[in-house]
Amino acid sequence: MIQVKNISKSFSGVEILNDISFVFEKGKTNLIIGKSGSGKSVLTKCIVGLLEPDIGDVYYDDIKFSSLKSQDKKKVRKQIGMLFQGSALFDSLSVEENVAFPLRMFTKMTEEEIIERVNFCLKRVNILNKNSLYPSEISGGMQKRVAIARAISMKPKYLFCDEPNSGLDPVTAIVIDELIQELTKEYQMTTIVITHDMNSVLEIGENILFIDGGVKKWEGNKEEILDVKVKELYDFVYVSRFLQKMKK
Amino acid sequence: MIRNLGKYMYMLYHMFFKPEKFSVYWRRFLDEVVQLGVKSLFIVSLMSAFMGAVLVIQTATAIESAWIPDYTVGFTIKQSMLLEFCPTIISLILAGKVGSNIASELGTMRVTEQIDALEVMGVNSIGYLVGPKILAALFIFPIVIMYSMFFGFFGGGLVCYFTEIIPVKQYILGIRSFSEDNFVFIRYALTKTIVFAFIITSISSYYGYYLKGGALEVGKASTNAVVYSSIFILFANYILTQLMLI
Repeated sequence: MIQVKNISKSFSGVEILNDISFVFEKGKTNLIIGKSGSGKSVLTKCIVGLLEPDIGDVYYDDIKFSSLKSQDKKKVRKQIGMLFQGSALFDSLSVEENVAFPLRMFTKMTEEEIIERVNFCLKRVNILNKNSLYPSEISGGMQKRVAIARAISMKPKYLFCDEPNSGLDPVTAIVIDELIQELTKEYQMTTIVITHDMNSVLEIGENILFIDGGVKKWEGNKEEILDVKVKELYDFVYVSRFLQKMKK
Repeated sequence: MIRNLGKYMYMLYHMFFKPEKFSVYWRRFLDEVVQLGVKSLFIVSLMSAFMGAVLVIQTATAIESAWIPDYTVGFTIKQSMLLEFCPTIISLILAGKVGSNIASELGTMRVTEQIDALEVMGVNSIGYLVGPKILAALFIFPIVIMYSMFFGFFGGGLVCYFTEIIPVKQYILGIRSFSEDNFVFIRYALTKTIVFAFIITSISSYYGYYLKGGALEVGKASTNAVVYSSIFILFANYILTQLMLI
């Protein structure tokens, strides 16, 4: 479980996040949704510690992450897997080396054990016989899956996915969404997905936080979101004519 | 200015944090030795050979006199190559080649969130990315410069052989003459090289690592890295020369 309490963050006097509190539950796919520029990515960066919140605290289970020293934060971070919007695979490393990177850096596993784990993770995300290829030699969807394999290679307790299906076709996007949900259940992780894709929201949104203009406007789940009364969220959900017709 | 200096010092400070795993950092160091040093050998040997060749022709033409012995050309080439051309000019060339490479590599990693990925994993990204580059340059650049000295003399020798502007024996005699000061000159050249290696890699890493923006800024960072590395090399060259040769 990850909990944020009263998080606020400003840049050069411009308020990006204002007093956000939320509980991201274990074993569920928790979604942070909102329009572009609403503060989703800033909130995520505050949670993982890439940014320091001006006010407020972040808890990983019972650990008050925001007040830990740098070295202690690193211990928590080793339990975090993160899938970035652009995959963020290391260009100079092959698929196999990318997935093996955290294992080589943080574990005392033998080379055979590392390769075995890498192959297991790649097989789990349906990437077969691509070990020696470089990120530039595989498709965007494959890059996302390799990034997921890297994220789960250390069996993390917490998984963050920043717009996991941006730039992907609808079929591949659903494959990625389903994969994230399956892995969340399988490893009983606390998964946080940042998205503005309504397909993802309706597919995997078990616990949803809606942010607008840096303020928390709504929380609920995928069943409740279709009957929402909050104007900002209503406009966000029913922006497409298809959903408007469905609603009518 | 003070803020930039503070960030630069912060970067250097974080470089010396204990590595997460020594073997991974060692491999990075070896990769950087190849990337920064070994892959520069071709351009360095080409530049040095042509510099030596041109210097021989210019010097021989300038001091053509019955009163000046031919070996003076070889001696002049030795002094010029050891004291200035190899350590400074080749370092300026490396600032262009290696500096832009480092800044664009780290800048691209910043833009594509690869540096954020390292930080989220709990890796000291400065120590992992910048540290091996600086250490590798401090190790390999002096070797590259000695290699450059050899090719500089060799290029000069080839010109003497093919054009007979002065006899090859006289050229070699000039290079070997007054050799009691050679150790001092080489020590001076290598000291300069080590300082220049640090300037090139640290300034270029700074511009790449702290890049903000997109592809356009990667280009700007690359240019800034080369420009500022070159300026600081010229300043350091003057200061070191005054300190060590006067």
